[in-house]
Amino acid sequence: MSATILVRDLTRVFRLGDVEVHALRGISLSIERGEFVAIMGTSGSGKSTLMNVLGCLDQPSSGEYLLEGTAVSRLGAERLADIRNEKIGFVFQGFNLLPRTSALENVELPLLYDRRRRIADPRGSATSALQRVGLGDRLDHEPNQLSGGQQQRVAIARALVTRPAIILADEPTGNLDSRTTLEVLSVLQQLNDEGMTIVVVTHENEVAAYAGRVVELRDGRVLRDFPVEGRRHAATDLSQIYGGER
Amino acid sequence: MRGRKLGKAAFLSIVRNPMRSLLTMLGIIIGVCSVIALMALGEGSQRDIEEQVASLGTNLLIVRPGSTHMGGVRGGAGTLGSLSMADAERLGEGAVYLQGVSVEVREQAQVIAGGNNWNTGVFGVSLAYPQIRNYRLESGAFFDERDIRTRAKVAVLGRTVADELFGGENPVGARIRIRNVPFEVIGVLEPKGQSPMGSDQDDLILAPSTTVLYRLGDGRTVRSIVASAVSAGAMESAKDEIRDILRQSRRQLPGAEDNFRIFDQSEINQAATRVTGTLTLLLTSIAGVSLLVGGIGIMNIMLVSVTERTREIGIRLAVGARPRDVLVQFLIEAAVLSLFGGILGIAAGLGLAWGLYVVAGMSVVFNPAVIVVAVLFTGAVGLFFGYYPARKAARMNPIDALRFE
Ligand SMILES: Nc1ncnc2c1ncn2[C@@H]1O[C@H](COP(=O)(O)OP(=O)(O)OP(=O)(O)O)[C@@H](O)[C@H]1O
Ligand SMILES: [Mg+2]
Repeated sequence: MSATILVRDLTRVFRLGDVEVHALRGISLSIERGEFVAIMGTSGSGKSTLMNVLGCLDQPSSGEYLLEGTAVSRLGAERLADIRNEKIGFVFQGFNLLPRTSALENVELPLLYDRRRRIADPRGSATSALQRVGLGDRLDHEPNQLSGGQQQRVAIARALVTRPAIILADEPTGNLDSRTTLEVLSVLQQLNDEGMTIVVVTHENEVAAYAGRVVELRDGRVLRDFPVEGRRHAATDLSQIYGGER
Repeated sequence: MRGRKLGKAAFLSIVRNPMRSLLTMLGIIIGVCSVIALMALGEGSQRDIEEQVASLGTNLLIVRPGSTHMGGVRGGAGTLGSLSMADAERLGEGAVYLQGVSVEVREQAQVIAGGNNWNTGVFGVSLAYPQIRNYRLESGAFFDERDIRTRAKVAVLGRTVADELFGGENPVGARIRIRNVPFEVIGVLEPKGQSPMGSDQDDLILAPSTTVLYRLGDGRTVRSIVASAVSAGAMESAKDEIRDILRQSRRQLPGAEDNFRIFDQSEINQAATRVTGTLTLLLTSIAGVSLLVGGIGIMNIMLVSVTERTREIGIRLAVGARPRDVLVQFLIEAAVLSLFGGILGIAAGLGLAWGLYVVAGMSVVFNPAVIVVAVLFTGAVGLFFGYYPARKAARMNPIDALRFE
C-alpha cells in the first residue's frame, strides 16, 4: 500500500534580506493511510513550517512531496486549491476563522468551493460537523462571541466538514483545558477510526499519548520517529474522569 | 448557489461600511447624476427644436427666384426674373413627388380694423398652403377655389394680428382694410409660436393668391413657391423634379445655370443637429471624466479593502478557494459598488431634472435607454477598475496571506 504522505529531503529556506533561515533541513517521512501521527519538538523546530508544506499552503525549497501518489510540488495554483479543498482539512495554530461570520457560515466556507459538489447538503453537513464537536447550540455565534476553545472546535468542524482524507492540525489543543482537550482528541480519534489520516502538532506528551506514532523534530530535522506504547483512548478517559457529569 | 453567496457577501461588505461605501461611490453618483440630468434637459431642448422645425411645415421645399450672374458680379435674390403663377401651376400638375404646391405672394401692409391698426405681412397663397405650412384654423373657414378665381377680398388672420386688431373679440365676419382695400375676415389661425429663427409665425394674414397679386401687388411678382414632398425620403427626388419642371416651364436652355433656387428643411435641421451635437459631445466628456474619477475611487477603495482583508483571502485560499474564485469575488464587489453608485446617481439625476422642470419650467425628456446605458456602463466601470485589485487578491500566496498582520 502506498503512503498517503511521502516526503523526501524536504527543505524550506526563508530569505530575510541577506539572512537565510533554514526552517526545514531535509525531512524524509512516510505516513500511511489511517495513521494518527503527533509531531513534536521545541518551539522553532519547524513543526508549523512542515505542516504548511504538507497542507499545500506553502511550497518546499527543495525535496519531493507525494500526496496520495501525486507530486504536489509540480501542480499549479488552481489544482492545489482543489487538493486543499478535497483532500486536506487544516486546523491552524491561531484558528483563522472569518470575523463577523457565524460559526455555521465559517464551517460552510470550504463547501462554497466544493466544485465537484461532493457534499450534497452544505448547510446540513456544516450543522452536523458543529454538533460533532459539541457546538450544536452555537451555530449562529460569531467568533468574537465564542471562547478560545469553542473557536478551536469551530476550526476543527471546518476541517472535517469536507470529509478529507487527511486532517492536519497545528496545536489543536494548545488553548484548551484538559477536559476540552480530551473532547477534541476523542473527535480526532473517532475520525481516525473512520479511516482518516491525522497529523497533529503538539508539544505536550499527554496529547501525544493519544496518537499512534510520534515524530520529533529538532532544528528542521527528524530527531526521533517512534510508535506510541500503550496508546490512550480519549472517549474512555473522558467517561472515566468526567463520566457522571456528561 | 455559489454565485448568489458571493453576491450576498459583496452586498454585506458594502452595507457594513455605509459611510465608506458612500464616499467611494460619490464620484460615480455625481457623474451619473449630472449625465442623467443633462441628458434629460438636452433631449428636452432637442424636442423643442424639433417641434419648431416641424412647425415650419411638413417636408417643406421653398423655391425662390435666382440671382443674376454677369461676368462674376451677382445681384441679389430675385434679380433674375420672378417666379410666376404659371410656374406653380405646372408644378402642381406635373410633379409626382409633391403632395401640395402653393405660391407665396407677400405684401407688407398697414391693416386697419375699427380704431386699431397694425403693420403686417399679407400672404397671397393657394389652397394647399395651410397643409404645407402646418397652419390650422382656430375658427371660421379658409377661402376656396372660387375665391381664388374671383380674387375675393377675404382674409384669414394669424393669432397675433387678430389680437392686435380685435383684442379678445372674435374677428370672423368683421371688416378690415388692407392698404385701404376692404376685406372680410373669414377665419383665424391656430397659434404656431416662434420659428427656429425666432420670428413670430402668427403675425400674418393669409388671402387668396390672386387677390394679393392683383389687388395689392404688381400683378407679376411671385415671391416664392412652397411645396411639400410626399415623404421625408422623397426630398431629393422632389427637388430634382422641381428643377426639371421649372427649367421647362421657364424655357431655360440646356446647360444654362438655373435661374431659381430650391431650399429645404434639412438646412434648418442641420443647424439644430449641430447644437445637439455639441451638447452630446459635452455630455460625453463629462460622463467620461466623471466615470474615470469614480472608477479610480473604486479602484482605490478596492485596493484598501484587499489589503485589509488579506487574512480573509488567506483563509479562503486555505480552505480551497481557487485564485479565480477570489478574483470573481472581488470583481463582483467592485461591480456591485459601482452599480449601487450608478443607481443612486440615476435616482439623483432624475430628481434633479424633475426639480428643474417643476421649479424652472425647463423642458425635460426621460429616455429609458439612457438609464439602461448608465446601469450597464457603471457595472462595466466597476469591473474595469476592480480588475487590478481583484487580480492582486487572487495572486496571493495562501500562507503569506494568512501570516499578514
Ligand atoms: N515566514 C517566515 N519568514 C522567516 N522565517 C520564518 C518564517 N516562518 C518560520 N520562520 C522560521 O522558521 C523556523 C521554524 O518556524 P516554525 O513556525 O515552523 O516553528 P514551530 O516549530 O512551529 O514553532 P512553535 O512551536 O513556536 O509554533 C523559526 O526559526 C522561524 O523563525
Ligand atoms: Mg508552530
